[in-house]
Amino acid sequence: MHTLKFLWIPMASALAFLGCGIAHSQGNDFNNIQRGRYLAQAGDCISCHTVKGGKPFAGGYPVETPFGTIYSSNITPDVVTGIGNWTGDDFYRSMHSGRRKDGQYLYPACPYPWFTKMTREDINDLKAYLDTLEPVRAIPPENDLIWPLGWRQFMAGWNLLFFDEGEYTPRQDESMTWNRGAYLVNGVGHCAACHTPKNVLGASDKDKALQGGDAGEGWFAPSLTGHERDGLGSWTIKDIAQYLKTGANKDTASTGPMTEVVMNSTQHLSDADLAAVATYLKSIPAHQAPTTAPEDIDDQAMARGKGLYVDQCMGCHMADGKGQDEAFPPLAGSPPIQAENAQTLIQVVLAGDHMADPPSLPTGLAMPAFDWKLNDQQVADVLTYVRNSWGNRAPPVSANDVAEVRKDVHKYGPRFKRMITHALP
Amino acid sequence: MATTLKPVDVVLVGFGWTASIIAQELTEEGLQVLALERGVDRATVPDFATTHIQDELKYAVRNGLFQAPVRETLSFRNTRSQTALPMRQLGSFRPGAGVGGAGVHWNGQTWRFLPDDFVLRSHTEQRYGADFIPEDLTIQDWGITYDDLEPCYDRFEYLCGVSGAAANVAGERRKHGNPFEGDRSRDYPLPPLDRSAGSLMFDKAARELGYHPFAAPAANTSRPYRNPLGVQMGQCTYCGFCEWFGCGNNSKASPQSTILPVLLKKDNFSYRTGCDVTRVLLDNTGNKAKGVMYRDLEGREFEQPSELVILCAFAHHNVHLLLLSGIGRPYDPVTGTGVTGRNYAYQITSSVEVFVDELMNPYMGAGALGQAIDDFNTDNFDHGPEGFIGGGYIALWTTGGRPILQHHLPKEAPKWGEGWKKSMAENYLKSASISTHGSVASHREAYLDLDPTYKDIYGNPMLRLTFDFHENDYKMSDFLTGKAESIGKAMKPRAMNVKKRKPPYSIVPYQTTHNTGGAVMGDDPRTSVVNRYLQTWDVPNVFVVGACNFPQNAGYNPTGTVGALAFWAADAIRKMYLKNPGPLVRI
Amino acid sequence: METIRHRPHPSDSCWDADTNMPSQEQACFAEHLCGMSRRRFVQAALSLPVLMALPACGSDKPGPAKVARTFFSSAEQRFIEAAVARLIPGDRDSPGAIEANVPFFIDLQLAGPYGRADRRYMEGPWASGTEQQGYQLKENPAQLYRKAIADIDDYCRKQFDGKVYAALTQEQQDRLLHDMDDNKIELRDFPAQAFFEVLWQNTQEGFLSDPMYGGNRNFAGWKLIGFPGPRYNYVAEITQYGKPYPLPPVGIMGRDGTRMRVEV
Repeated sequence: MHTLKFLWIPMASALAFLGCGIAHSQGNDFNNIQRGRYLAQAGDCISCHTVKGGKPFAGGYPVETPFGTIYSSNITPDVVTGIGNWTGDDFYRSMHSGRRKDGQYLYPACPYPWFTKMTREDINDLKAYLDTLEPVRAIPPENDLIWPLGWRQFMAGWNLLFFDEGEYTPRQDESMTWNRGAYLVNGVGHCAACHTPKNVLGASDKDKALQGGDAGEGWFAPSLTGHERDGLGSWTIKDIAQYLKTGANKDTASTGPMTEVVMNSTQHLSDADLAAVATYLKSIPAHQAPTTAPEDIDDQAMARGKGLYVDQCMGCHMADGKGQDEAFPPLAGSPPIQAENAQTLIQVVLAGDHMADPPSLPTGLAMPAFDWKLNDQQVADVLTYVRNSWGNRAPPVSANDVAEVRKDVHKYGPRFKRMITHALP
Repeated sequence: MATTLKPVDVVLVGFGWTASIIAQELTEEGLQVLALERGVDRATVPDFATTHIQDELKYAVRNGLFQAPVRETLSFRNTRSQTALPMRQLGSFRPGAGVGGAGVHWNGQTWRFLPDDFVLRSHTEQRYGADFIPEDLTIQDWGITYDDLEPCYDRFEYLCGVSGAAANVAGERRKHGNPFEGDRSRDYPLPPLDRSAGSLMFDKAARELGYHPFAAPAANTSRPYRNPLGVQMGQCTYCGFCEWFGCGNNSKASPQSTILPVLLKKDNFSYRTGCDVTRVLLDNTGNKAKGVMYRDLEGREFEQPSELVILCAFAHHNVHLLLLSGIGRPYDPVTGTGVTGRNYAYQITSSVEVFVDELMNPYMGAGALGQAIDDFNTDNFDHGPEGFIGGGYIALWTTGGRPILQHHLPKEAPKWGEGWKKSMAENYLKSASISTHGSVASHREAYLDLDPTYKDIYGNPMLRLTFDFHENDYKMSDFLTGKAESIGKAMKPRAMNVKKRKPPYSIVPYQTTHNTGGAVMGDDPRTSVVNRYLQTWDVPNVFVVGACNFPQNAGYNPTGTVGALAFWAADAIRKMYLKNPGPLVRI
Repeated sequence: METIRHRPHPSDSCWDADTNMPSQEQACFAEHLCGMSRRRFVQAALSLPVLMALPACGSDKPGPAKVARTFFSSAEQRFIEAAVARLIPGDRDSPGAIEANVPFFIDLQLAGPYGRADRRYMEGPWASGTEQQGYQLKENPAQLYRKAIADIDDYCRKQFDGKVYAALTQEQQDRLLHDMDDNKIELRDFPAQAFFEVLWQNTQEGFLSDPMYGGNRNFAGWKLIGFPGPRYNYVAEITQYGKPYPLPPVGIMGRDGTRMRVEV
């Protein structure tokens, strides 16, 4: 649906990349606003800037970090509590340089280290769209950060160490599609904000780009490199695009925070953009993942896990681990099942989850919670079994791993209950 | 003092199969549609999750998902000479309550009525003479034909992903399937389920006797299935906990597994739970409905105005509502006049239990996994020598082997004690049950009306049921039982229990939830409450949909026909009523 | 979600037989079952030690009730144990109702919504009606048991020199069960058969329901008949005709046949 309308975006951007210097129409005409709306979807602004039950983009969403809780700001055009009185330059400075209108530093909970790659034109268009929103008078709660990180001045040092300010420079040796994909993934899409590991100071480890990272609240965002098991190595471009568009493909279904991403963001991307994202991702070489040797897997755990699998999981995931075609996702041969870090799997087993339900795949099939039924050792055993059967191979899961995630489930509640899925206004 | 709410275009009473089908259809017309459900909200996860649903005590014995008589029940008597007493706990039938209604906890046995069923009176008179029908039987023609309804049957079957193989497809006779079935435009959407040991055993025995066994049509999917609405269903895994339970892997057709994922996303559809509709509100003329009155869980009254009112509740409740609202003249059995409450019918069943030496593994099953013969249904055989009308299918269903309620013991087994224990150990795995599922003719003394003594929780007169099977039906049932017995004998069992249906009808043991009639459809306002489009004769903006429309019951489970009627009524509303609101049939 | 773990000492009981008050050591258990807010699912990994005391082989003397009770008085408990032991007899090699903890199951059921008949229509007027019109008694199951047990023990005392049901011989106990079923015993408020039907039904339920409700301990009932428990996939097995199912029984709470999930 978007393809026809927005075909000219990649082209225009590509031309801009190639430095043809075509004057871009500035201003708030309808096309700018529509482009901005599309960018807001691509950037999934609504998921962080809206609290459940609150008005769109009015902020107040608690972003949990190892340093405390940061509440998202109100980016509706309210002149007092929002960004209504921000100029285009003000907005560009926040997105590009991580500085607020009043000069204060932003925390990278708002992923400006990624938005910095966006072009001025795109950021202008995004602002044009935000200006059309209903202004909401709302002040988010005070941030609750470990002292003394409440002092924003610290960000100056952090930025010096970790922030590479600058718009995306297209690579001349790569195709337009690839560049577009790189721009989306590393710019407005800010995938690496979750999918790249962070160092102790909360900065993305650039040497390990997209090798898997913390998605917050006890969720693990798996590797997107070309690794066969623990990455996208076994997926085609079509598989990736289908996953982003519908929330499911032959191998898996989205879970937790990624379901929110599919519902609010990637399902709205054009087919061309999805193909671009997939093209870029497919080019990332496999990372060095630790290999699990068969000796690393305890036979007893496997035997216990098998018993549990037969008793508890076969009704949907079937005896051969292949799930039910188009309905319940397979476990056999599925990369997310073999992610190095099993946090996401543990989340899903403990609290259950619901598939994304965009119009193209409306059913929203769900998995029930097992937290009341299985203790930590049982969850660990069945996951170890699933991760090492039918040709799968991945590190075993321990009862301790499960206990840690169980704490998060207790603390935050099931993720799917807090999800906000919004059609953009 | 009732609170008046914002008007809607269509209000549906109940949110089960018929409401879900009709809501999905009418929202396509851009109408604002609201469904009012008395029970709770229900979703596959968490309510029917595989993790906890196979709990026989909670759901089958303690009635976890059904209507609770404390909130709604009826009074019952066999004959007018008795005083009706309240049905204080569920027994003979188990209506649903909750989003999805009985569509959540049914087995999935999905049949089409035969062409002859729709013209039962005229056909019977033609073949056997008018005198062949006992004078007090009030059976009548439906006002529509099988051919009218065929496209709607097809739509319901494809909505549900019914598994089966048909014998009569587009004029072509095929090897498998029910050779007596009416012709159909296309085959079932999915192939039949796998055969259980019981299915095979029945098939062999029935063939030996020259009958025509076939895999019974099942709304339990034999494969993962994406229906025409784009809703994805799973595949049945033979867990044996179908009837009384919600399905945990989306393989039994229900509103949840086939319609709601699409319907609930529509902006022009909404529903409320915990709402007991107590009246259809009429204007001063009595010929136009203004909307409905309902009570919430705290007993507060609300007026919901709407342009169109469609009663989609369980058969009993639809009729109760019509009686309380004064729609249609109440039936009087003495004079034989009046229509609302008239022609109540049910299902007459019997069984033959066989005890064999083979391992049957009864706990592996599905709600509609069975092998059946239709040789003795409706008019598939010559009734002349038999002296009764009607018939039914005979089937060996392997729906499950749930220990408390689904074990069979030979009649010689002691009722309790050491001998009972021994008998349980010897027979649980090595037994099966052949059931007969017979039609019930409506008659003058089988009807619904308002009880003069007992009240519901709102102080309204309770619905009263006066019913026993007619002598015709006992005769017919005995005939079927005899045939079932001969099939049982052909299995060469080591023991056999023949359990005939014995008069009088009792409300105590569970039989079926196939309660029909009371708001009958037809051509003639003197003998029907609704016209052929399920629109009430008296109040053109009130439609009534469900098994309550059946003029008498056929020898099949009703849901296939109920689903088809829902599509039929929705079509009539979309194509005719909306363009020109008013009576669709003029006399 | 708290997991309550409690191991009552085998010789203690929840209720002191004489004072009908919770004994000290078991107070926390009683509180767990009795004092909980309604409608809360609580997990109880109860590993009840090997069973209640049974009459020693050959002896006619009843032992003290040895399982925590919520509903039954100790006298009622003794009646129930004696009755269900006859309804489904057993021993260590072939478990019956006692080994399966059926009295415990019935006790919990009567203390809850089933005992109260929460779902039943309970408005008058009351009349006895025909057999076809079903249950028309005013008594809910809890009241039915209380009244019936008292009446039957009274009857026994009169007939058997002051002995209550639990003190009779097995033959005498069996005969009385038949008499109840045949309405040959007069109870004050309702037919004995009405009580017998409910008792027999509940006994079967306690023997054959999921162990999470306290009965069918160690899958005694399911093992007797060969039911492998709530399993969700027989796709491979359903067409393996004549082949026994190879796996041991499982309950909703898993392969531990003593693990409960109690709604109070």
